Amino acid sequence: MLASRALVRGLQSGFWRRVSTSSAAWVAHTHDVDVVDCSVPQYNNRLDTPLPDVPFVRNLSVEQKKLKENEKGSWTQLTKEEKLALYRLTHELSYAEMRQGSKEWMTVLGGVFIFLGFTGLLVWWQRVYVYGDVPHTLSQESVAQQTQRMIDMRVNPVHGFSNKWDYEKKQWK
Amino acid sequence: MISAAVLRGIGTLTRTRAVFTAPLAVRCYSHAKVETDEEFDSRWVTYFSKPDLDTWELRKGMNTLIGYDLVPEPKILDSALRACRRLNDLANAIRILEAVKDKSGPHKEIYPYVIQELKPTLQELGISTPEELGIHKA
Repeated sequence: MLASRALVRGLQSGFWRRVSTSSAAWVAHTHDVDVVDCSVPQYNNRLDTPLPDVPFVRNLSVEQKKLKENEKGSWTQLTKEEKLALYRLTHELSYAEMRQGSKEWMTVLGGVFIFLGFTGLLVWWQRVYVYGDVPHTLSQESVAQQTQRMIDMRVNPVHGFSNKWDYEKKQWK
Repeated sequence: MISAAVLRGIGTLTRTRAVFTAPLAVRCYSHAKVETDEEFDSRWVTYFSKPDLDTWELRKGMNTLIGYDLVPEPKILDSALRACRRLNDLANAIRILEAVKDKSGPHKEIYPYVIQELKPTLQELGISTPEELGIHKA
C-alpha cells in the first residue's frame, strides 16, 4: 500500500511539475524563440512618448553603420531615402501609422454574428426536439372559450377588456 | 504657449465658479505663484540649450513636454532640434515635428505655423519635414 501511494505521489509530482513550469521557460527550451526581457528598457510605439527609450533596430548591418556615420556629418548632404532609412532605424511606426485603424472590427462583428447564428440554430433544434408540447389551454378553441368567459364575467368593464366588447351587437367595437 | 490663446476664453469661464459661503472678500484660490507663458518658454529653451545635453535628457525633456496640455512654442522646438543636431540624431528631430503635428489635434492651423517659423532652422540643419519624406500618411 505504501508502494502504491509512493507511485501515485511520484506520478502527481511529475504531472504538476510539467503543468507548473512557466510557459516562457518551457517555450525557451522546447524551441528557440526570442523571449522579451522586461528588465531592460524596451522600444514602444506611443503617441505620447515621441522619443522611445531605445532605437527600434539595435543590431546594425554594415550599410546601416555607414549611414549612422554619415548622420554625424551635415544632414544637408543626406538624400531623402537616407533620411527615411535613418528614421526607420530608430522608429518602427510613424505617427500616421500608429494612428491608422484596422479593419479588424469587421472580422470581430462577423465572428459575433456567426456564433449568434449558430446559437440560434441550436436553440431552434432544442425547441423542436427537447421541449414538450405546450399546454392545451393555448389552443385556439381553448382561448376562444377563455375569452368568452372573460366577456361573460365583464372583466375590466370601464376602460379595459369588456369595454371593447359591444354587448348589444355581440361583437368587438 | 499656443494653447493659452485658445484656452484663455475657457479659462475665464471656469474662474467664475460659485464658492461656498465664506467670510467676505476671501476667495478660495491657491496662493502659489503662477508661471507666465514667457517664463515657461524660456525655462524649456534653456533646458534644451544645454551644450552637453545627453540623449536621455533630450528624450526625457521631449516626452515630458509632449505630456503637457499645450503645443510647444517654435522657439522651444528650435532649441530641441538643435539639441538633436548636437547629438547627431536626425530620426528624433523628424519625430519631434511629427509629435507637434499630432499634439495640435483638431487645430490644423498650428502645425503649418510652426513649420513656417522653423523653416530657417530646418533648412540650416537639413531636417526634412515628415511631409517631404512621405511619412505623414500611413
